[in-house]
Amino acid sequence: MKPSVPAAPALDALPAVRPDRVPLMLLPVLVLAALPLTGSLSTWVTLTFAGLAMGMIIFIIASGLTLVFGLMDVLNFGHGVFITLGAFLATAVLGRMTGWTESESLTRNLAAVLPAMLAAVVVAGLVGLAFERLIIRPVYGQPLKQIMITMGGMIVGVELIKVVWGPQAIPLPLPAAFRGSFLFGEAAVEKYRLIAVVVGLAVFGAMSWVLGRTKVGLLIRAGVQDREMVESLGYRIGRLFVGVFVAGSALAGLGGVMWGLYQQSVTPEMGGQINVLLFIVIIIGGMGSVGGCFIGALLVGLISNYAGFLAPKVALFSNILLMVAVLLWRPQGLYSVVKR
Amino acid sequence: MSTPLLKLEAVHTHIGAYHILHGVDLEVAHGELTVLLGRNGAGKTTTLRTIMGLWHPSAGRVLFDGEDLGALGTPEIAHRGISYVPENMGIFAELTVAENMLLAARGAKRPEDIDPKRLEWVFGLFPALKRFWQHPAGLLSGGQKQMVAVARAIIEPRKLLLIDEPSKGLAPAIIQNMVEAFRELKRTDTTILLVEQNFNFARQLGDRVAVMDDGRVVHAGTMAALAGDEGLQQQLLGLSLAAHQ
Ligand SMILES: Nc1ncnc2c1ncn2[C@@H]1O[C@H](COP(=O)(O)OP(=O)(O)OP(=O)(O)O)[C@@H](O)[C@H]1O
Ligand SMILES: [Mg+2]
Repeated sequence: MKPSVPAAPALDALPAVRPDRVPLMLLPVLVLAALPLTGSLSTWVTLTFAGLAMGMIIFIIASGLTLVFGLMDVLNFGHGVFITLGAFLATAVLGRMTGWTESESLTRNLAAVLPAMLAAVVVAGLVGLAFERLIIRPVYGQPLKQIMITMGGMIVGVELIKVVWGPQAIPLPLPAAFRGSFLFGEAAVEKYRLIAVVVGLAVFGAMSWVLGRTKVGLLIRAGVQDREMVESLGYRIGRLFVGVFVAGSALAGLGGVMWGLYQQSVTPEMGGQINVLLFIVIIIGGMGSVGGCFIGALLVGLISNYAGFLAPKVALFSNILLMVAVLLWRPQGLYSVVKR
Repeated sequence: MSTPLLKLEAVHTHIGAYHILHGVDLEVAHGELTVLLGRNGAGKTTTLRTIMGLWHPSAGRVLFDGEDLGALGTPEIAHRGISYVPENMGIFAELTVAENMLLAARGAKRPEDIDPKRLEWVFGLFPALKRFWQHPAGLLSGGQKQMVAVARAIIEPRKLLLIDEPSKGLAPAIIQNMVEAFRELKRTDTTILLVEQNFNFARQLGDRVAVMDDGRVVHAGTMAALAGDEGLQQQLLGLSLAAHQ
């Protein structure tokens, strides 16, 4: 866009638009730095894909959580319950379709997995709707109560899941066509990890499209920055929040199915175990930033896998170290969007 | 004065435990620009926020077109035809100028849907917007941001504009641009309630004036009368100068 008339430079001077790509560069830097450390190309490829797959699943789960905080400052420590719920629903659906999951036909496998995912998304979304009404809404603007009551909500949810499915682990085997690996020369990449990466990219793409190209997405981005102004412009942010909460719960349900398949087993505690990781991810990414959440999730997935191989003793707290390092560099996380 | 478009009757506002407005009485007439003056901390911003439903009055009534806004939420109040330019401008820094404007055009789904005639008119008032249409609003200068904030408030016709200190921190050249824009806006018969500390700016635009102090309106009259009466200015505004020295 060129100015039609040359005007006073002081009024028109504007720095060039330069999106902040430095956080994005952390990913290739980390991946390349790991190559000499792991010592072998095939190990490196395997670990990298494991890390990316784990990161993508964490992203699917955490993306809603970061927007929920961004929009309403709501800290939902109960998010993990939707993961567990999604995973158990998958055992219920897939357990009844073993004829199809054990078939070598990819179509039949998909015809079993897609309904399982759909069930997880729909039920987790509906439970999310109830969770928002009953548990979140009474404690808007009261962070301390939020933390306690959402944790309590998760404990109750997990107990209810135990009532339905029992307290023990339930196996969730991968459908036949998803098992095994692709070989790239020496390096083996598990098929399911590739699938997880593809699904994660698809979710990220869809979310970027909604946020970047639709009016609802615009309202969400605006609401994360200044919700009072969004209301002053005539939009009911409460409704927007409910929509985001339900979508976030549904995605956590989907992530639960994917995580259960990744582990090939499902336990009532799985949601609670991932919960901590979710908060690490959204703090690293910058609370309220979907792009930051994406990068944060991949960093956490990669570091977990590299550290698990290179220094198993450090692996336990490698993600905390990562978070501390990021916060020392950028106290608001990789991308800071919430300005209040 | 005919029935006012906006009328505050003995409005009290509490913010948490603090009693900020102590019975504000204020009338804003149809088609006029009313300036709200007063020293720092007098309660001007709190008055605008109370009208907008960002604070709720603890007593008294806020009547707009005869309807009491007191119990309505902010989005509902906006839908009655009121737009608001807050003191901090409320610019969405991460969004482009186009996206900022799109949010204010409620019916539009994409920037292309914004009424082109109205948009040209707004560009005419603030030519800089056209140039920076695709730029993130956070990169604009303070004056340019203020233009986006005002443009956003007028991109669709509204019955009443609430504008909080648009001249704050702006260079004289830009203030003059603002004055011209408000003059043009007045020609469209828009009703405006303008909070100002800059009496020079206010004098050029105001039809009426109300002066606040300590959570109350302590003077209301025509701008002409106040502008022509140095003694009164001294008493109302000089006093306020002394008060925050
Ligand atoms: N969020 C708040 N919490 C507590 N007190 C507040 C809050 N906002 C404003 N106040 C107090 O209310 C009083 C009126 O503030 P207000 O912002 O309405 O004044 P103002 O006339 O707009 O001042 P200025 O010219 O400085 O903008 C001040 O004493 C201020 O300290
Ligand atoms: Mg103020």
